[in-house]
Amino acid sequence: MDVKTESAAYVTTVHLAGELDHHNAGPLRARVDEVIRMKRPKKLVLDFSGISFMDSSGIGFVMGRYKQMQSIGGELTVSGASPRMEKVMRLAGLERLPIWKTHGEEKNQ
Amino acid sequence: MKAMNEMRLTFTSRSANEGFARSAVSAFVAQLDPAVDELADLRTAVSEAVTNCIVHAYRDTIGDIYMNVQLFENGRVIVRVRDRGCGIPDVKKAMEPLFTTGGEERSGLGFSVMESFMDTMRVRSTVGKGTTVTMEKYIRLRRRHD
Ligand SMILES: Nc1ncnc2c1ncn2[C@@H]1O[C@H](COP(=O)(O)OP(=O)(O)OP(=O)(O)O)[C@@H](O)[C@H]1O
Ligand SMILES: [Mg+2]
Repeated sequence: MDVKTESAAYVTTVHLAGELDHHNAGPLRARVDEVIRMKRPKKLVLDFSGISFMDSSGIGFVMGRYKQMQSIGGELTVSGASPRMEKVMRLAGLERLPIWKTHGEEKNQ
Repeated sequence: MKAMNEMRLTFTSRSANEGFARSAVSAFVAQLDPAVDELADLRTAVSEAVTNCIVHAYRDTIGDIYMNVQLFENGRVIVRVRDRGCGIPDVKKAMEPLFTTGGEERSGLGFSVMESFMDTMRVRSTVGKGTTVTMEKYIRLRRRHD
């Protein structure tokens, strides 16, 4: 499990890597929430391109960070999620939230 | 029909074993030469079932999780995940999307994931005795080398 953070202007990007299950969600959550607390970014991007596996624990993880960002008046975006991750997130209706930036959309832009 | 191969695995309800359970099921089902997506579906469903044992069944303790996988000639895979934990008082309600007793970080979608990624799913549970989740999936048989 690996987390790299990079900030530019008012955007902070957190690059997540590894398998996002219940076991790994704990430490990841602690790291990302610390970034939110310290930087209070206007916009937080969770980069999923290094995530090789995700189950419903990942849905809880994204929803939790979404609420954190809402509570400080910021925005959350998810980028780089594979079609596989999307399949899981779609079950939660997450594609209906304005956080979703898929591979497909990036290519079409 | 009789299973052509079967494995049984018992492991403790430590969260590090979520990844182990996924790897074990992948390695075993590889014999059927599944497509990447089929294997990913199975891994995800197993991850959900095992995580539920760890998070809910043995919430404040450590107990044993029993996993059983059967393979059939026609590509059918049966996965059973069983615990001797707290049990579920109302299975129908527990299976409703978004229902959770797990608090903030849980989405209540584990059973929905299992249902949509597998062909069938059954839950049997007795309060105080434990829970068994049985799931089936047909792996499309592709060209076999044997
Ligand atoms: N093995 C189990 N033992 C006891 N209770 C269980 C078990 N599996 C599921 N449950 C109950 O069923 C509910 C729904 O389970 P489900 O996996 O759908 O969602 P969740 O685990 O709460 O959240 P998520 O899986 O999205 O993180 C749980 O909150 C829990 O109350
Ligand atoms: Mg669950």
